[in-house]
Amino acid sequence: MSDINLTSKAPGGPMALRWTTHKNAMKLVAPNNRRKFEIIVVGTGLAGASAAASLAEMGYQVKAFCFQDSPRRAHSIAAQGGINAAKNYCNDGDSIDRLFVDTIKGGDYRAREANVYRLAEISVKIIDHCVAQGVPFAREYGGLLANRSFGGAQVSRTFYARGQTGQQLLLGAYGALERQVDSGRLRMFPRREMLDLVVADGVARGIVTRNLITGEFEVHTGHAVLLATGGYGNVFFLSTNAKGCNVTASWRAHRRGALFANPCFTQIHPTCVPVKGSYQSKLTLMSESLRNDGRVWVPKNPGDKRRPEDIPESDRDYYLERRYPSYGNLVPRDVASRAAKLMCDQGFGVGPSGLAVYLDFRDAIKRDGESTIRAKYGNLFHMYRKITDDDPYHVPMMIYPAVHYTMGGLWVDYNLESTIPGLFVLGEANFSDHGANRLGASALMQGLADGYFVIPYTVAPHLAGRKLPDINADHPACREALESAEARVKKLLSINGERTVDSFHRELGLLVWDKCGMARNDAGLRQARQRIQELREEFWSNVRVPGSGGSFNQSLEKAGRVADFLEFAELMVRDALERRESCGGHFREEFQTEDNEAKRDDDTYGYAAAWQFQGGNKDEILHKEPLEFEVAKPTQRSYK
Amino acid sequence: MSGNLNLTLKVWRQKDAKSAGRFETYKVADISTDMSFLEMLDVLNEQLQNEGKEPVAFDHDCREGICGSCGLMINGHAHGPDRATTTCQLHMRRFHDGETIVIEPWRAKPFPVIRDLVVDRSAFDRIIQRGGYVSVNTGNAPEANSTPVPQPNQMTAMDAAACIGCGACVASCKNASAMLFVGAKVSQYAVLPQGRPERERRVLRMVAQMDEEGFGACTNTLECEAACPAGVKVSNIQRLNREYLRALFLGTGPEPSAED
Ligand SMILES: Cc1cc2nc3c(=O)[nH]c(=O)nc-3n(C[C@H](O)[C@H](O)[C@H](O)COP(=O)(O)OP(=O)(O)OC[C@H]3O[C@@H](n4cnc5c(N)ncnc54)[C@H](O)[C@@H]3O)c2cc1C
Ligand code: FES
Repeated sequence: MSDINLTSKAPGGPMALRWTTHKNAMKLVAPNNRRKFEIIVVGTGLAGASAAASLAEMGYQVKAFCFQDSPRRAHSIAAQGGINAAKNYCNDGDSIDRLFVDTIKGGDYRAREANVYRLAEISVKIIDHCVAQGVPFAREYGGLLANRSFGGAQVSRTFYARGQTGQQLLLGAYGALERQVDSGRLRMFPRREMLDLVVADGVARGIVTRNLITGEFEVHTGHAVLLATGGYGNVFFLSTNAKGCNVTASWRAHRRGALFANPCFTQIHPTCVPVKGSYQSKLTLMSESLRNDGRVWVPKNPGDKRRPEDIPESDRDYYLERRYPSYGNLVPRDVASRAAKLMCDQGFGVGPSGLAVYLDFRDAIKRDGESTIRAKYGNLFHMYRKITDDDPYHVPMMIYPAVHYTMGGLWVDYNLESTIPGLFVLGEANFSDHGANRLGASALMQGLADGYFVIPYTVAPHLAGRKLPDINADHPACREALESAEARVKKLLSINGERTVDSFHRELGLLVWDKCGMARNDAGLRQARQRIQELREEFWSNVRVPGSGGSFNQSLEKAGRVADFLEFAELMVRDALERRESCGGHFREEFQTEDNEAKRDDDTYGYAAAWQFQGGNKDEILHKEPLEFEVAKPTQRSYK
Repeated sequence: MSGNLNLTLKVWRQKDAKSAGRFETYKVADISTDMSFLEMLDVLNEQLQNEGKEPVAFDHDCREGICGSCGLMINGHAHGPDRATTTCQLHMRRFHDGETIVIEPWRAKPFPVIRDLVVDRSAFDRIIQRGGYVSVNTGNAPEANSTPVPQPNQMTAMDAAACIGCGACVASCKNASAMLFVGAKVSQYAVLPQGRPERERRVLRMVAQMDEEGFGACTNTLECEAACPAGVKVSNIQRLNREYLRALFLGTGPEPSAED
């Protein structure tokens, strides 16, 4: 496995023509041959559902899997704020080129140019398609589509459906998927968890799943495997992700040879409801769209105990507007999060813990009226009130940064193919187009671009170009994968120790949040690495997983996921240690400018770090994909 | 106001679909009023596991009221006592110290129990398979702004599309009717130009599947609307009835429908 070839396969030539050039050169599978190919799609969030539906529409046989009881419940459902597209409907100077440059710059120059350009190019088609599906995007009085602004951009290019954009997009993709179930070309397997990947003769040919109701293990084979299993934010235990989000599918593929890229690139979202108590099970996002109208501030005097409404204008510090006059409250997430942390670290934080800042709608309500604000953000205000018992129409929200999204993921080439032939990775699960920091409203765009408009083309060269002999569950590779998955579950059930799975997960989460969260440094990362190893050892000797393997057992499900997080966390920390620069969401305290901004080192670290699993406790090997910038030349990011 | 509660929980325990279930009584102490209902159940489950017992199974994922996974009957109310609130959004400040809380799964024939508080709602997916979409293949969509949609229609569509598919409407209805769920989907597309070409076929097929799954009829008790965490209104049921009659009258044949 040492002959790793990290060529992106992106064609050369003018940036604007690359995707077209590439599509024209790709092999095709003729319509009457498509039904001979079976494609496995793991994960049916935005990326997976859109891929599964589109491939079945084309005539492929598709088998799709998710761990929830229905594809409609994937984590994508929770996306609130919106989806970007370079439509320039607002006549404010937007274009594909501008969305491309904003995304590259927002990602702090750590993404692959050709991919990002393609994403911007496809963005407009996504909106067309979703509107045709009947997605009820917000509209103006004249009946045409409305837009709003998001962080890191000076144009309004974000399409939205109230504060439920992800829900509406996912229901569109879910409907398309269910339509294909009706057509007989797609079989849906809900409440299934992928526990291993089958690699036969060097090609990904199947998966091992556990039926979460009966506990049965199953082997599913096919001609290609697509992973669209989402991000790994839950390694931090507390995050804005749904509780079931996990790294298991990606990690199992990694252990089978797929390189894992930039695991330390994690996104901390600036506007979340602050932590209340040690019982807390998740954190809730307050959409970035709120920064269109909400103003972020802290009291000018540290420890000011007055109620926020009693603090006069002269005693308030609108620190984002002060520090970043041209973007103001709409600076990118990494910048806003770090600024909030800095204010709190310096003692200006508010709330019982001092770990919060205000997000205030007073001026917007005065300007536009409460009903306008209600129409835009009603469901978010409702959600906030449910959690905190405070009414944001009258008192400012309190917010603090929280783990939200993961830019790292399995390394893929321009075809979205991993380093295992036949294994494709889509959506948040791949290392993607967002570099070291994702701009708001770009994940939905990327997931749907991958699923609707990239994979339907790029899977064909694999199917048409490689020898894919028949394979069934008796193949030695299938049996080996099945046995190893079964053995692992058996082992988890047999330890019968003293600590619950959650207690390990909480401890791991706190550790990585402290040492590998918003700010990182060499000593802290080294300590974390050591502690993760110890915790992992303790887990495998002292965890208690009640119940049996042959039934519905949620403790067992969690145990498997936490076991994988305990392995993955070490790689994340290792990657953060290795990258001795600051960029985007990766902030190394040793590398910052005088005014506390991230200081990149393009000459040394202008690459995507792709890690290769070595087995056992051996250190993983780092491979580098150099990043070249032909069009969007790297500069020090400035949002001032 | 923050405070702490001691509570008695009567929880439905059932090993699997085939076994009989029964209530078990548990005590939990020192529950913060700032906790969510599911966090309170997390505390119970940690406690049970530390006692060497099996935790209570319940479905949940987003824990912010949008995925529709969670769904419990709490003291006889679907998703508990608050309006427009999912179980995961319900907070313990709604309960009193010393209270006994009865926790059950959704009870409806088309939603068989899988274990404890977890039920099988796949009937909803099968209804959607019969027409809960616009039949448009990827790749052939026209420019998005080529079809204006009047804002009121978009708002009505969005109100209906807000359904989270949790099943509270069915669970709260004495007939286990799914008319609110089906009505919401049918309405979304009935008021949008994109949904028009399949208008008749959609409603006939979805209703046929609904009947086949064993969901009951609507007798206008309006419990569904009261229980719906997403604020879906019974006007969607009225529209469903109209759409259904209209489709029966027009049929689904190739002949174009006159005017709408
Ligand atoms: C609260 C919140 C708000 C957000 N708002 C926005 C926004 O406004 N705009 C934006 O662009 N982005 C937003 N994002 C980010 C965006 O929602 C996600 O990045 C995106 O939806 C991920 O989609 P996905 O299809 O890649 O994965 P997911 O939606 O996470 O789907 C993963 C799928 O994989 C399945 N799966 C996972 N593991 C396994 C396994 N082992 N076996 C079988 N199946 C498995 C799951 O069942 C699921 O179907 C938000 C994120 C959060 C948390
Ligand atoms: S857990 Fe998602 S709605 Fe309650």
